[in-house]
Formats: sequence, C-alpha cells, structure tokens
Amino acid sequence: MIQFTNVKKIYESNLTEALYDISFVIEDGEFVFLVGPSGSGKSTILKLLTAEERITSGGILVGDFDLARLSQRKVPYLRRTLGVVFQDYRLIENRTVKGNLEFAMRVVGTRKSVIRERIPYVLELVGLSEKGDCYPSELSGGEQQRVAIARALVNNPKTIIADEPTGNLDPERSYELMCLLEKINQLGTTMLVVTHERDLVNCFNKRVISIDSGRVISDMENGLYDYDTI
Amino acid sequence: MIRFNLGYYIKEGFRSFAAHGFMTFASIAIMASCLIIMGSFTLVAINLEYNLDALMEDNEFLAYVDEDYTEEEGAALQSQIEAIDNVAECQYITREEALENYVSGLEDSSLYENVPASALRSRFSVRVTDIEQLETTIEEVREVEGIVKISASVDVANGLVTVRNVTVIIALALVIILVVVSFFIISNSIKLATSAREEEIAIMKMVGATNAFVCWPFVVEGILLGGISAVVAALAEWGFYRLVRSAINVYTHVQLVSIIPFRTLAFPMCAAFLGIGLLVGVVGSLITIRKYLKV
Repeated sequence: MIQFTNVKKIYESNLTEALYDISFVIEDGEFVFLVGPSGSGKSTILKLLTAEERITSGGILVGDFDLARLSQRKVPYLRRTLGVVFQDYRLIENRTVKGNLEFAMRVVGTRKSVIRERIPYVLELVGLSEKGDCYPSELSGGEQQRVAIARALVNNPKTIIADEPTGNLDPERSYELMCLLEKINQLGTTMLVVTHERDLVNCFNKRVISIDSGRVISDMENGLYDYDTI
Repeated sequence: MIRFNLGYYIKEGFRSFAAHGFMTFASIAIMASCLIIMGSFTLVAINLEYNLDALMEDNEFLAYVDEDYTEEEGAALQSQIEAIDNVAECQYITREEALENYVSGLEDSSLYENVPASALRSRFSVRVTDIEQLETTIEEVREVEGIVKISASVDVANGLVTVRNVTVIIALALVIILVVVSFFIISNSIKLATSAREEEIAIMKMVGATNAFVCWPFVVEGILLGGISAVVAALAEWGFYRLVRSAINVYTHVQLVSIIPFRTLAFPMCAAFLGIGLLVGVVGSLITIRKYLKV
C-alpha cells in the first residue's frame, strides 16, 4: 500500500513549493495512472516515493516504510520494494540484456542460483527470451523499454513505478508496452504509471489521479485523462 | 553480506578496471610518474646525505703540544683531551712520527734527511663525534694547558653541515609537495573514471544497492590501480637507478661519489611505493564516489 497524507514539499534550494497538501491511497495490486502537465509535481511525487527527496510536512507510507522517519541507511531496503522504469530506459550499454538483469539482482545480494532461475522467467514475461545475449544498442526502443521493465521486475518488487515509460515510443509500441504493464499488474504487482498520453490513459479504463500545480485535482476509478472537462 | 559478495566485488573491480581502458591507463601512468619523481628525489637525497656523512666522517683536527714539553709530558695530555665531550678519538703523534709521516708524503725525501725531529712539535690527532660541535670542541681543546695551536678546517666542516641540512630540507619539501600534487591528480583522474560511470552508480542506487555495495568494487579498482602503479614505478626506478649508477661509476675515475647499492634501498622503497599507491588509490576512489552515494 502507498499512502500520501497531507504531503507538502518545498525545495529548500530555491524555496519552490512543489506539492501542497497531497493525499491519496493506492492499495496493493492496483493499477493507477498519475497524470498532469509538466511542472505539476508528478516527478516530485516519484522522487518522494523513492526517497530521493524528503517531504517537508505530512506523511508517506510505502508498505512498512514510514518515509517521514526513514533513516538514510534504510533507503536501499525501501527501494528494493519498488521497481522503477524511466522514459530513457537507463540501461547499462556495455552489458547484455541478461547482464543488465543480473547486475540489478547482484547489487541487492541475490544468489547466483536464484538469478539463473529468475532471468529466463522475467525475459519470457516481457517477450524477450531470444534477446538475452543482445546489447541494448542492438535493440529497438520498445525492446529496450521492455528490458527496463524486466529489470524493474526482476527483484520481485511489490510496486512498479513507471515514469513516462512510453515517452520515446510510437503509439503502437506504447499500446503494447502498456498491455505488458497491465499483464504484470494482473500477476499481482501494484502499478503506478506517470504519463502524458491522453489516448493511452483513456484506452485502459484504470484509476486516474490528476495533479496540477502541486494539488490533486481529481482522483477517479475508470477515469479519463481530460483536463478540459475538469 | 561482504563475505557473501566478496567474489562479486573482486570480479566487478577487475571488470571495471579492464572496461575503462584509457582512464585506467592514464591513472596508472600519472600515479606511476608521481611515484617515480617522488622516489627519484628521495633516492638522490638519500645518496647525497650518505656521501656527505662519509665526508663528515673525516672530521679530524690537529692539536699541537708546547715545544717545551717532553714526549712524556705531551703524551700525558691525552687523558685530558679524551675527557672532553664530543671527542671520539684522540691519538698522540710523537715528533719522530710526525716527521716520518711528513717525509713519507714527499717525492724527494732526501732534502729532509738531516732535519732533526725536534724541529717539529708533537701533536694529537683528534676526531669528533658531531661535526656541528666542532668549533666548541676546538675551543675546549685549546684551553687544555700544554696545547698551543690548533689546525682545523672549520669552514669546510660548516659548509658540509649547511649543505647536508639544505639537502634534507629540499628533499622533504619536494616529497611533501609531490605527495599532495599526486593525490590531487589521481583523485581527479579517478573522478573522471567515476563520472563515466555515474549512470551505473545511479542504477545501482535505484535498484536498492547499499552504499557499501556500491563502494567495494571501486575500492578493489583503487587497490588495483595503486598496486600496479607501485609495481610499474618500482621497476622503472630500478632501471633508472642501475643506469645512473653505472654511468657515475664509468665517468668518475676518482671515487669521489659512492652510490648506495639498489638492493639496500629496494625493500623500503617498494614498501613506500606500495603503501602510497594503495592509500592514494583507495582513498581517492572513496572520496570521489562519496558524492554519488547521497542520492
């Protein structure tokens, strides 16, 4: 479960107020779109979730972690419960697909025997069983993003946070990728997808939390991404 | 966790060492150069001091006995001179011996055949422990009753002392400056190597790697960089030293300068190189990646 309670965030460096009084709850196993224009505070929410930034006031719970009181030493353990996917994939270029996944597993101290079993399963899940030995530069954008999803998934996190995952893909690939995220969600992983893509959001009939100017302006089940009507 | 992942840390350290070819080469080249410069200055300073010390071993002066004293009376002064602080050795030379020594040093000794030994004074050859105290010791010997004249090259002694002190100060200053400079250069080149891996570190942090986990491969890499630089520098230094030593032996016909054999200096030098190399490699790595760990 992810719970935001009256979260306020002011960036101390330039005293910008990024979030005012944000509250919402995402239950385990939910699929949620977080939408809003640039500068609305979406990225700040993600940075707070991964403890890259700390809240100014209010409270955030991510599973058993109370982020307002989380010590720096515990941050890695919080992050192991979250899988993050970025718009620009962020793969390590000089490692193969398998190498990228293995790297993500090794850094959290997974045993080799577990890695050997897990990687083929995850690659099959994202439809890249044949591409395990390829380097990222040999793959298309859609395939690279699938590798990024596989990497987010490989440590079996409770939640996947995808930050504009389809930003660099054409509409067809974007749709396929979103179907993949939906499939992973159906297997039990909570999914929080930040996106700009109106058509895609409207296609999937999921819960939509809309943010603007640091405030939640709507939060609807089976919602639509349509600012004009709000 | 550390024991469990030791193999991984070492493997990653080696992988990264091999993967960043140019930066690895540049770091080793810079670190080895600094070590070679530092080592060369130190070796020159050590040899200079060794030679100066050898020169200063001949720190003798002559104290002449009053000509009215008999040989027995003169010899009796020995215990008084030996009692003076800083006198290492004191040898009585009779008039006969003095003449003999003098004549034996001449090419044509026949001129002195009829010269009586009584024309000379008996004397003491006095050797001091600390050449810096030479002047004081001379004054104390002069005050012994029966000693009428002193013959010593005080200026030469003072000159040697000054040269030795200046050499030691210059060598120390150079070594300190070079340690500081090489530290900055090395930490800068490691910074370049790490910024190329900023993305890798960011990914590690993102998937939940602990700071220790992120650091260890860099520490292994630092150990490799430092260790290899030390070995390269030690081998180069050995080569240079042999060259210089054989050149000096060939060109100086008179053995004015003596060079300490390399094997005497090899162990302390290698230990110092390895110590400095490892310290700078590891500390440099840690300082550089520290800023990436805060996210």
